[in-house]
Order: sequence, then structure tokens, then C-alpha cells
Amino acid sequence: MATALVYLDGDPRESALEAVTLARQVGEVVAVTPAALGEDAARTLGRYGVARLVHLETGGVALDAPAAVGQALADAATQLGATAVLLGSTFATKEIAAHAAHHLRAGLLIDVGDLRVHEGRLAGSKRAFGGTWDTSCAVTTECGVATVRPNAVQAEPVATPAEVQTGALTVTAAVPAGLELVGRQEHAGEGGRPPLAEAAVVVAAGRGTFGDFDAVHELADALGAAVGTTRDCVDEGWLPHDAQVGQTGVTVAPRLYIGAGISGAPHHIGGMSASQTIVAINIDAEAPLVEMADFAVVGDLASVLTDAAEAIREHRGGA
Amino acid sequence: MKHVPELESARAFSAEGRTVRSTEDGTLNEVDENAVEAALSLGGDEVIAVTVGPAPAVDAVRRALQMGADRGVHVLDDALAGADYAATATALAAAVRSLGPVDAVVTGMAALDGLGAVVPSLLAAELDLPQLTVAHEVTHADGVVTIEREVAGATETWRAPLPVVLSVTDVANSPRLPKMKEILAARTKEVATVSLADLSLEVGDVASRTQVLEASQRPPRPGPQLVTDDDGQGGRKLAEYLISEGLI
Repeated sequence: MATALVYLDGDPRESALEAVTLARQVGEVVAVTPAALGEDAARTLGRYGVARLVHLETGGVALDAPAAVGQALADAATQLGATAVLLGSTFATKEIAAHAAHHLRAGLLIDVGDLRVHEGRLAGSKRAFGGTWDTSCAVTTECGVATVRPNAVQAEPVATPAEVQTGALTVTAAVPAGLELVGRQEHAGEGGRPPLAEAAVVVAAGRGTFGDFDAVHELADALGAAVGTTRDCVDEGWLPHDAQVGQTGVTVAPRLYIGAGISGAPHHIGGMSASQTIVAINIDAEAPLVEMADFAVVGDLASVLTDAAEAIREHRGGA
Repeated sequence: MKHVPELESARAFSAEGRTVRSTEDGTLNEVDENAVEAALSLGGDEVIAVTVGPAPAVDAVRRALQMGADRGVHVLDDALAGADYAATATALAAAVRSLGPVDAVVTGMAALDGLGAVVPSLLAAELDLPQLTVAHEVTHADGVVTIEREVAGATETWRAPLPVVLSVTDVANSPRLPKMKEILAARTKEVATVSLADLSLEVGDVASRTQVLEASQRPPRPGPQLVTDDDGQGGRKLAEYLISEGLI
């Protein structure tokens, strides 16, 4: 049976389990991590059908630089005879994917929402041009590298959990000459909210807030959502740059995207158009985001968001 | 530099699954202006704008020349039609090598048509150079470039001695707006058109490792189910919609 590697940068999050779920379509799944994971992680992965969990042993080379991780992953793929190497789809993992593909001389698919085998080669589909086109691509090489868009599928456990084999794999990795990670500052988590790029629900708000995000946070809390914003609001200093949804910010593809007080500039739409259900709240019924929404409320965002949050809490409380 | 369809144009794929590019609605990839600005700011002897693409792509190079780049190189070859990430990076890397030793290869963080964001990494791999990518802050002193970038919930600081591959975001700097005098001066700057053969590449060297199976336009969205909050019930109706759709 074909082997599909899934790269995890730590304990399996929802997005990793989604990638594992997709990986099962194309082969027996081997999860690869930069450091050894605990028994809980192994058990979780087993429930999702992972056959093997291996951590990369580099002989002391730090797996920080994308070039080093990509090389290590490519070596693992070669040793394990993988025909697919899958990663999540963030800026950091795309860089690793590029280096892995370079070393494997493999075809590279980016941001796919599904995976299959087409005439013996890895294939996947993605949306393009602000969500207006669907494309599907196959690699022409024996092994393919793909990054998988979060929330494209629901992570599904297998009927019979697998007994996961765990162990280390010695691989070659080198950091490019002179390249050095000088510092890394983790951002304080925003009240336990999910990472924006992977969130299943995103509540985004724009200039229509006039800088007051209280109601936005209230609805996000009620929904367990990540909070996003627009370039305008970042420029105003209302929210940090890593909350910016858009083509040059964070690309999101949640199951539910709620955009409040956002008119829908092309840059913003390009960064959220792969969302499954789109809700807009705006005083302007003709705003582009309203026109592309599945459901829209014309009205003042502060009261609409607050009322919606209250109704959702009531529903949850009564459920 | 990448020449891409205007964000607001009717973007499309051809029957072969290739991006339709024309002079009329094409433009320099917006964030590549930040790359030109970053290259000019590094303070080297010469800034050379390089692109790979069909004939209209020279417009992207011209824009860089207007901003202050000294000369341009346009890799133009029919064999590159439909080039994927790997083929594009191979051709770009060969073009860079043909220039002799360079201090830095500077790109935008992503092309805003495909949003792949992998060519900078592939270039670094091809050229065997350290990469400093998705930089929102760039400093250069004594031949060492230091960047800050935001990835996966953290701010990282990386540094490497020249030569490097550097990619910048749209907040890394404010691209200068060329004045009429610079626009006119750019017309006389040299843009060398080079083929694969000129770069000592064969068609097989730039074979794409992916093939488009299908590209189809999605049906237009039907338009929203629209309610107003005039009666103060908008928020409640929104919650009811989310519940009815199984989203809560």
C-alpha cells in the first residue's frame, strides 16, 4: 500500500487530524514530527488511523529553519518510500513544503481542499481568483507534496483505532550557512481562542466598528471563534497585524465566516473567499461582502452582534 | 517581479488551465512593489528587475524600472507557458545565476493571483542561499540582513549574511510612487529578453511537475438571504439562521 506522510509540528490539533483524514485517501498514514510526542498524542493519532508516528532525529541540527525541516522531511519520505507528503497550509508550512519538494524533485500542490490519486499520482483541488474558480491539479512525479487547507474536511476517526508504532528516524538536515534564528516571541493567546488561520469559525470586523471591538469579541466568545480584521483596522492600530484577514495577511477558510462592518475590498475577499458559509452584517446592503454572503443583516453591527451572541448563549444554555 | 491580472479584473483560466494574462488588465504584483522598495533600500550598486512570463510580463519589469531599478531581465520562452512553481523557480534561479554574484534576491511574499507563496523558498533552495522570508521588518548592516516575521502565533527574528533570498510583506515598507520624470527615464533603461537557451537551460529542465486537470468557473453566488435590523430582530434572526444551518 502507498505511504502518505503527514507532518505535524507538535501535538495533533484539529487541522492535523483533518490532514490525516485526507491522507487516508491516498495511503497508509505515517505522522512525522520534529520532536517525540507523548502517549496521548499517539493514542489520538491512532483513533484517526495513523499507523506509525516517527520523530525526526537529526543529530543535533535544530529544526527551526524551513530549509532544514524540508530537507529532513524529504529524507524521511525517501526512507519510508512515501508517495505523498502532506502539511497544513500556513506560511511556515508552505516554506517547509517547498524545500521538501525541492529535495524530492516532487510536484507541489498548495492549499488543496481535497486529495485523491489520479492515474497513480497525487491530485487535489483548490479555489482560485477570490473563490470564483475551482481548479484541480495532479503531480507528474512519483511522490507529491501538498499543503492542505484547514477546515476543508471534518476530521473523522476510523472505525477501529490503529495500534500506533512509535519511534525515531535518523535523517539528514542542514541549516543554510550563516542563517540564524535570533529570537522567537510567542504571542499571548487571545483568551483561549483558536489560531485564526485554522479556526472553524471566524468573526471578522472592519472599519464599521470605529475601533470598538467589544461586540465582536462577545460574539466570538459565544461561538468559540477566532477574531479577524481588515487592513484598514490594522493600519489604524485597532488590532495587530496577525489578525489581518486578506491576501497579504492570514488566509482563512473556516466553516463559518462572519464579517461585520466590512465592505469587502478585493484583498480581504481574496483572503476569505474559500469560507464555506459567509455571513455579512453591514449598514450598506450593496457592500460587496453582503452581495457574496449566504446570509446578511442590514443594520448596526454593535447591536446585531450583541443580540446574536445573547441568542446563541440562550440556545446553548437551553440545549 | 510577477505580472498578474488586476485584482479587480475578470480573472480567468484558459482551456489549458493557464492564467489568462494580457497587457490591458495586467499589472505588477502589488507586493512586488514592496520588494523593489526593499531592494532599493538595501543600498547595493545596482538593482536588476527579473521576471519570467509571456510577452506582456515586461510591463512588470517596466514598473520596477520606473521605481528606480537600473535594468531588467525578462525570461521569455514558449516552453515556459504554464510553468508551475518548480519550473518558474528553476528559470528564475538560472536568470539570477546569469547575472554573476548578487548580494540579495528580493521578492514579494506571494503572488496575489495564485497565493502560493512558495517561489521564494524554492529560489533559496535552487540557489542554495539562506532565506529570510515573509519579512515585515528588514534591517541591513555590515553585510548582515536581519528580519522580523510573524508566523504561527509568534514573532521570529532571523538573520543571515549576504547573499540571501529575502521576501517582504506589504507592511515592510512604503513603495515610492514614481514621478513623471522617472517614468520617462525608465523608457530608455535596458530590458534584456533572454530565452532558456540563453540561460543554458533545456526544455526538460523546466518541465512542470504538476498538471492542471480541470479549471472551471464556479456558478455565481445566488445572493444573500437578507434581513434588516429595523425591528431590532436582526441579531436574533442571525442566530436562528446559524442554528438552522447546524453551524452552532
